[in-house]
Amino acid sequence: MRDAPSFRASAIFIAAVAVLIRLLTGLHSYSGAGNPPKYGDYEAQRHWMELTINLPVSDWYRNTTDNDLGYWGLDYPPLTAYQSYIHGVFMRKFDEQSVALHSSRGYESLHSKVLMRWTVVLSDLAIFFPAAIAFVAAYYRQRSHEERVWVLALILLQPALILIDHGHFQYNCLSLGLAIGAAAAVISRWEIVACVLFSLSLNHKQMSMYYAPAFFSHLLGISLRKKYPVLNVLKLGAAVLSTFALCWWPFLHSREAVLQVLSRLVPIHRGLFEDYVSNFWCVSNLLIKWKQLLPDRVLVQLAFVATLACILPSMLQQILRPSRRGFLLAMFNCSFAFYFFSYQVHEKSILLPVIPGTLLALDEPLVWRWLIPGALMSMFPLLVRDGLLLPYFALLLLFFLGFVPLRSFNPVAASSLLGGFVLHLAYLLLDPPARYPYLFEAFIATYTFAYFAAIFLYTNYRQWSRSRVLSSTQKRKKKV
Amino acid sequence: MGELLVMAAIATCVKILLLPSYHSTDFEVHRNWLAITHSLPVDRWYVDETSEWTLDYPPFFAWFERLLSAFAAVWDPRIVDLSAGKNYASASCLLFQRGSVMVADSVLYLGLWSYCKGMAPDKRKLVYAVVVFSPGLLIVDHIHFQYNGFLLGILLLSLAALKQGKDLLGGVIFAALVCFKHLFALAISVLGVVVLAFGPFAYYGQIQQVLRRLFPFGRGLCHAYWAPNIWAMYNTADKALSILFKAAGFKVNSTTAAYTGGLVGEFSSYAVLPSITPLITFAMVLSSLVPWLYKIWRNPQPSRVVYYITYAYMCGFMFGWHVHEKASLHFVVPFSLIAVESMDNANDYLFLSTVCYYSLFPLLYEAPEYPIKVLVLLLYSTLLWDCFSNYFSVKVDGKGEDKSKASRHSRTALGRLKSSYLAGMILIEIYGQFGHRFLFPQRLEFLPLMLVSAYCSIGVFYIWVQWFRSGFSIHDWSTLPPPSK
Repeated sequence: MRDAPSFRASAIFIAAVAVLIRLLTGLHSYSGAGNPPKYGDYEAQRHWMELTINLPVSDWYRNTTDNDLGYWGLDYPPLTAYQSYIHGVFMRKFDEQSVALHSSRGYESLHSKVLMRWTVVLSDLAIFFPAAIAFVAAYYRQRSHEERVWVLALILLQPALILIDHGHFQYNCLSLGLAIGAAAAVISRWEIVACVLFSLSLNHKQMSMYYAPAFFSHLLGISLRKKYPVLNVLKLGAAVLSTFALCWWPFLHSREAVLQVLSRLVPIHRGLFEDYVSNFWCVSNLLIKWKQLLPDRVLVQLAFVATLACILPSMLQQILRPSRRGFLLAMFNCSFAFYFFSYQVHEKSILLPVIPGTLLALDEPLVWRWLIPGALMSMFPLLVRDGLLLPYFALLLLFFLGFVPLRSFNPVAASSLLGGFVLHLAYLLLDPPARYPYLFEAFIATYTFAYFAAIFLYTNYRQWSRSRVLSSTQKRKKKV
Repeated sequence: MGELLVMAAIATCVKILLLPSYHSTDFEVHRNWLAITHSLPVDRWYVDETSEWTLDYPPFFAWFERLLSAFAAVWDPRIVDLSAGKNYASASCLLFQRGSVMVADSVLYLGLWSYCKGMAPDKRKLVYAVVVFSPGLLIVDHIHFQYNGFLLGILLLSLAALKQGKDLLGGVIFAALVCFKHLFALAISVLGVVVLAFGPFAYYGQIQQVLRRLFPFGRGLCHAYWAPNIWAMYNTADKALSILFKAAGFKVNSTTAAYTGGLVGEFSSYAVLPSITPLITFAMVLSSLVPWLYKIWRNPQPSRVVYYITYAYMCGFMFGWHVHEKASLHFVVPFSLIAVESMDNANDYLFLSTVCYYSLFPLLYEAPEYPIKVLVLLLYSTLLWDCFSNYFSVKVDGKGEDKSKASRHSRTALGRLKSSYLAGMILIEIYGQFGHRFLFPQRLEFLPLMLVSAYCSIGVFYIWVQWFRSGFSIHDWSTLPPPSK
């Protein structure tokens, strides 16, 4: 007999594997590597470090002689700016030139790449890893040791996030990690902590808004069942407002400053969607040319109404019958609704539904096993452009080897996978016809959209059906 | 078979991820060999000096390169161009050469599979994992760049044949291996295959030229970075004595230049201790083998052939002339085949592999790979420790012994001595990375590397002594329990 295996030891082992995979991915290229004049997200993040450590806070979001907003102007909320500041200080300590004002534009070297990669790994270790461990400890408390270790591995080794953060180069691990932490707090019924963490997540990347309906409706539903519902709502509202006030403190001195920051965060001018994203607007655009048909203003309203219509069922369900599992499903459904219908969605936004999909992996294994390959495939053209073809296939293969044995697929599922694989090959090997240069991108978007739509309908059904089952058992308990 | 394929595929994913990592000059060396074997007629292979990286592996390896170069010429003709290909390291060249190492590793998997045929499933799985995820192979082959996995695969094939009593087949495969990489030539080689391999070169009257390339006695006793063997201890002792003597007021000839770990620093003159000649090293290797050879002569056991080979390579590594630190793979990988034969073996293997693989660390000195090599070794050792203690506690349980006792035994099996030695290794590493810079800024640059060599050599020596002594043990192998299936 061996000693009872400890969750902590296993968690450390898995975390070490997860760090190793991140570092290995980081050996490869990043967005816009060696591609002047605008480079890519790597340069954007570096540029924000340069700005924040060299300019006063009041100039971070303003167009000045030292801050050309046309060149990767800061367009995320203040927490991203503070994070850039901290990382900028780190970079300056080890490689001063990499963040020097003006002269560091497009700065790329082996040394600074290693340092930049480390800032992401450290962010991951500081926020995402503890949040994931806290979540597993809270939500899967009743499960066996093996199952908890397994689901932790799924979360920490989830390939889509690794490829975007440590390949393409972004800090989604921070906003998503904070959101996971908030979800863990909701599950542990630490509502104020949840509000604070979620507000922080929103203040790091406005995309966390995709989760807001789930948090709002669940916490509202919980509050309504308390003795003093209004008081409870006020309490949570105060937590949210004070966190926001703290994050926005340097900009709160004037209305103008606040509006200036806000104007940077709302990308109306960037169009209904970008590139080939597997959402409703982009796919239906093949038949209906939305952008030519309607002006931007109308499209924004249309997108808003469509999104609202799609998140309402989930919200309603959580207000009426708040439950932990229902909350996670609501997070999943609402973020997918935003991904499908909201304005200006990027391929990378698929990470937002992927996170709750992974958190639910033990409860909804079928959803998870289709979601991850689908999400990876929807980002395939983007990752190929970034020069991440090899890590893409390596991580995809590792996913099938380590988590979902290919043997476990039935013939129909296998042929669907095969279809996806053929599309990958076509994209890589075939030249598209001159009339439709983006033919294969469109194919890939449509193919994955079909997956996502099916998953979305299924999980909405699950959210309602499951809660009904639960409530009937609850009734039975009451009778006993 | 299925398990092996899954593990191999996982390892291959890691290798693919490692593709853009640092590669040593061996990358260009092998590229140049592709160019030589592709562009020149056979009689020019061992003569050509267009590049400084001349062909210095035996003929079969040259033919292996010839085979690869046929594909390389189709993939990207510039790779096999003798002059235009010089220092060519484009993405396509990188992909081809790295890919060729990964594909050649299939020989390793084949050898592993054929050696493990007929083992109990849980034991087989463990042996697979121990070999497939070896950090040494990852570091040397897939980062540093060499083809050891392929060559060791041939060794495993030969061992598998010998174990099954197919002496002739095993011998022939082994001889072929020697013709791929002569460093394997520690055991007896079969003349016929050697004649076959060297035949064409004998015909062209170039045997001398080939041999001169293969055996670099012109080089020093130790490689630039000392392999963790007896000579690392010897060098360190000499250095320490010379400092002592100087302090005592004696005049010693200063040889600091020889120590400073330059690129190919040749270490030939000692300050205090007597010099070592190739003959001495040869005599020491041979005499360390004698007790075992005698025993094998008295009672040869095919099932124990892996022990023989492991010990032979260990002796060669301990006392050989101009041994590379990479050569530790030659006994660690065969050892891994018998690592789970007994609890003692498992402990020794866990200890020895950690020490030897740690001694490979200085091969990779650039920043991106640093955390990777540390994590890979830590994860491997932890995984082995967990798997071994799991495997043996289950086994002991099965025999119905006292459970709590068995568990305690398997958990603390490494012992206080070895555990504290391994902990000391962490201190050495921390000193080399951080402490040295503060204590001796800009001075004694050789010291961290010397410490790693000397410290690791103690660990390897400890294991070697145990194996050496077992050659004298009164127990004959016939009385030992046979290796369990």
